Amino acid sequence: MLSLDREFLSIVMVSLSVSFASTFLSVLLAIPVGIWLATARFKGRQITITILNTSMSIPTVVIGLFLYSLLSRQGPLGGLGILFTPAAMIAGQCILAFPIIAATITGGVSNLGNKPYIAARLLGASHTRSTFLFLREAKLIVMTSALAGFGRVFSEIGVSMMLGGNIRFYTRNITTAIALETSRGEFGLGIALGIVLLTVAFLINAIAYSFRKAR
Amino acid sequence: MSGIQKVILFTTLVANMVALTAEAGETLRLGTTTSLYESGLLDYLLPVFEARNNCKLHVISAGTGKAIQLGKNGDVDVLLVHAQEAEVTFVKEGYGLHRTELMHNDFIVLGPKEDPAGVRTAVDAAAAVRKIYNTAQPFVSRGDDSGTDKREKTLWSQSGLKPDASWYMETGQGMTATLMIADEKNAYCLADRSTWLFNKGKIRLELLFQGGKDLFNPYSVIAVNPQKHPHANYLLSKVFIKWLTSPECKKLINDYKIGDSQPFFTSSDK
Repeated sequence: MLSLDREFLSIVMVSLSVSFASTFLSVLLAIPVGIWLATARFKGRQITITILNTSMSIPTVVIGLFLYSLLSRQGPLGGLGILFTPAAMIAGQCILAFPIIAATITGGVSNLGNKPYIAARLLGASHTRSTFLFLREAKLIVMTSALAGFGRVFSEIGVSMMLGGNIRFYTRNITTAIALETSRGEFGLGIALGIVLLTVAFLINAIAYSFRKAR
Repeated sequence: MSGIQKVILFTTLVANMVALTAEAGETLRLGTTTSLYESGLLDYLLPVFEARNNCKLHVISAGTGKAIQLGKNGDVDVLLVHAQEAEVTFVKEGYGLHRTELMHNDFIVLGPKEDPAGVRTAVDAAAAVRKIYNTAQPFVSRGDDSGTDKREKTLWSQSGLKPDASWYMETGQGMTATLMIADEKNAYCLADRSTWLFNKGKIRLELLFQGGKDLFNPYSVIAVNPQKHPHANYLLSKVFIKWLTSPECKKLINDYKIGDSQPFFTSSDK
């Protein structure tokens, strides 16, 4: 049913590239934010963490709509011209992934405590260096949070459809392809693509787990 | 994962991203309707244009309402839709230029083989929907402001009929999805001929009524006006429209078959 043809490969590569890129970018931003939320003590801390946790429940279509209004030619960021390109999908998926990754890091780091950081500072390391050393201890937390974020964006469709436009060979990924085939009544093909998505997700998680063990 | 492995993985992904986003040649964004896209005509026709002009056509298919809105927002360069009134308004309001009728087919009334409303014996489309109304038979509508939906709504309203929610279901989805639902419910439905041809092997609904000017379904191509949206690829849109209306392309359209049937007929030159 599924031939390894150019179209199928394109669909899988779009899914992988867009989700990897957005997960990677979100992790970059979520690490400092997550650590700060876990360690800093400020007045609005509890409410900030609550809002972060709540934003994990935003429907993907809503994020897609919100960004569409910004990125459309009529919108304030229309000049960027990135609507209906993979870049827009990545932007949307970053907004999607960031809360999960940051919340997981915050939780994990709170549990870890800041002993590694404090120990480094006490021994005379700078803030940056101490953070780096702390990060080495916190690697597992970051890995777990990245996988959680990846899982969320790899299987989402609202953002990909609204911001990517499901353009064949360009922004059509596995989830938007499933939607298209299903709307065409090709349920068998839709399910097959779903299995492909799960298989790829499984492989990625398996690879990530093996790296963890290798440490 | 070792450092080197990470770097290699990352570089591969970035390279792939760059390849994804880099565009070879020009791009032209075409906004079209789901019913036209699902007929497969564009996948057959457009590669010819892409090769000829060394460009990429990005096709975004949505219900006609959304496609026209994309045109108004300047998010596409050219439209290929089938909603005459909305098209005329689009041009009148200054959003579109060079509106050209390209091809046509028709809408048909599908329904259960048993035909409890007696649609087969209707004299015209208005009579057909009135029979469905009078017998309160299940009817599944697009309900998504698409070209097909607008025509169907007109059929009811021009006879002064207001379908009741107890038997009238609006799916808000594309033609094929709506057909599948109508099939499941063994209900009546208005469909365009090309989607019907594509799917008739899969469903048990039958063609019960066709013909008449009420069911005529013309498709037009419209370029987005560069005065409203200066970034729109107007020049390539014009080349595209010229090619679509060329004898070569007309022959391609008329030669396109779904199974043994011809779904689209080109309009004669006016």
